[in-house]
Amino acid sequence: MENYLSIFTEYDIPGAFWVNIQLTFWAAIGALVLGTILALLRISPVASFQAIGTSYVNVVRNTPLTIIILFAVLALYGQLGFTLGGDFQANFFRLAVLGLAVYHAAFVCEAIRSGVNTVPLGQAEAARAIGLSFLPAARLVILPQAFRGAIVPLGNTLIALIKNSTVAAVGSVATESSSVMKTMIEFRSDIVIPIFLTFAIGFVIIVIPVGLLTTWLSKKLAVAR
Amino acid sequence: MALEETGGGTMSNSILFDTPGPKARRRILIINILGALLAVGIVAWIFFGLAAKGQMQPEQWDDFVQGSTWKNYLLPGLLNTVKAAILGIIGSVIFGLVFGVGRLSQNKLINGVCTVIVEFFRAVPVLLMIVFFNVFFSRSLELPGDTALWAVVAALIFYNGSVVAELVRSGVHNLPKGQREAGIAIGLTRGMSLRHIEIPQALVAMLPALIGQFVVILKDSALGYIISFNELLFFARTYSSPNGNVLQALIVTAVIFILINFTLGKIAELVSKRLSTRIKKDKNAPAVVGTTAVTFAETGSQAGSKDQ
Repeated sequence: MENYLSIFTEYDIPGAFWVNIQLTFWAAIGALVLGTILALLRISPVASFQAIGTSYVNVVRNTPLTIIILFAVLALYGQLGFTLGGDFQANFFRLAVLGLAVYHAAFVCEAIRSGVNTVPLGQAEAARAIGLSFLPAARLVILPQAFRGAIVPLGNTLIALIKNSTVAAVGSVATESSSVMKTMIEFRSDIVIPIFLTFAIGFVIIVIPVGLLTTWLSKKLAVAR
Repeated sequence: MALEETGGGTMSNSILFDTPGPKARRRILIINILGALLAVGIVAWIFFGLAAKGQMQPEQWDDFVQGSTWKNYLLPGLLNTVKAAILGIIGSVIFGLVFGVGRLSQNKLINGVCTVIVEFFRAVPVLLMIVFFNVFFSRSLELPGDTALWAVVAALIFYNGSVVAELVRSGVHNLPKGQREAGIAIGLTRGMSLRHIEIPQALVAMLPALIGQFVVILKDSALGYIISFNELLFFARTYSSPNGNVLQALIVTAVIFILINFTLGKIAELVSKRLSTRIKKDKNAPAVVGTTAVTFAETGSQAGSKDQ
C-alpha cells in the first residue's frame, strides 16, 4: 500500500490530468468555432458551400486522429517549419490542440446539423405562415429547437475529446496523462495494474459527470412534441 | 416528403430556407460560383504553398508509386492494420453480445456487474488501455506472436465491445413492446424470448451503427503506432523518416484510411436505407451511439418520419 501511495509523491498525477483538461478546453473552443462554421456551410442552400463542408467532414472524420496529430507535429512543424509560437513545449501543446480541434470540428459540425434535422418541417412552415421572415424564423423558432436537439451529440463529442486528448502523446506532449502513465508503468513494474486503474478511474471521474450533465440538460430542455 | 419537394436538396435546407424564387435563385447562383472559386482557391493555396516549400518534387512522391515501397512497407503495414481491426471487430461483437445481454438480465447481480464493466471501459481512453496492455502482456503473459498486436486488439475489444453492448441493449429496448409480450404469450420464458425473438431483430436493426463502429475500430488501430505496433502508420513513418518525405507518407497513409472508411460509411448508409424501407415504423435506430455518422443520419430520418 505504501508502495502504491509513493507514486503520488513521485509523480504529479493531478498535474497530468490538468494538462489533458487544458488540451480539451482549448481544442473544444477551436472545434466549436470551426464546427459551427462547417455546419453553416452544410446547412446553406449554396451547393458549393455544401460541398466544401461535406468534403471536410468526410476527409477528417475518416482519418485516424493519430495521423492528424502526427501531421501537425512532423509535417507542419518538422518538415514545413510551421510554429505556433512559445517555447518548444508550448509549441507542441498548441500543435496538439490544433490537431484535436481540426479532428473534432467534423463531429461538432455533424452534431449541430443533426440538431437542425430534429426540427420538424412543420415548425418552419408554421413560422412562415405567421409571417416571420428568414432571420426571425431562424432565431425564434428553428435554432432554439435545433440547439436543444444538438445537446446529446455535442456532449458525446466533448466526452470523446476528453478521452482523445491523450493522443496528444503522439505529438510529443509528454506531460499529459497517458505519457506520464507510460513512464510510471515502465519504472514501477511491481504495481502496473494499480497505476493503470488510478489513471482509468481518473478519466471515469472526469467523463461520467459530463455524461450525466448532458443527459440531464437534454431531458430538462427536451422539446415536447 | 420534404426531400421530393425541394428536388433532392437535403432536409436541413428545406427547414431553414423556403424554396427559392427567381431572384433568390440568381443570388444563390452567384454565391455558388464565389464558393466554388473559394474552394478552388483553398486547394490551390495548399498546393502552391507546398510547392513553394519544395514539397511537390517528383522524387518525394515517387516512392509511393513504386511497387517495392508497397510490397515492403505499405502492404505489410496495411495487413497488420486490417488484422488488428478484424480481430478487434470479432472480439467486440462477442464482448458486446455477452455484456449487452448481461445488461438486459433481470438478475440484479449480473446486470450490475455488466453495467459497471461497460460504463468503465466506455470512459477509459483507448490509448491508456493500449499502453497498459502492452506492458502488462509483455511482463505477465506469454502470448504467441506480436505482443503489441494483442495489446491493440485487447484495448479495441474492451472499448468497442462496450459500445456494441450498448447498441445491443438499446436495440432491444427500441423494439416494440409487443414483440416480448407476444413471446411470453406463446409460453416462452423471458430468456427464450430474448434469444429467439428480440435479439435477432435488434441485431438487424443495429447493423448500420455496428458498421459505423467498424470505422472507429479501424481508426483506433492506428493508435498502435505509439507502442511501435507494425501497422500502416508505423511502417509509413519508419520508411519515410530517412527519406525526408514524412509529410507525403502521412498524406498517402491518410488517403488509404479515408478510402477504406469512406466505403464502410457508405455501406452503413446503404444498409440503413435498406432497413428503413423494410421496417416501416422507425424503431430501428439505436438511441445513443457515440459520434458515428450513422446515428446522426438516423436521428435525422427519425425526426423526418415522425413529422409525416
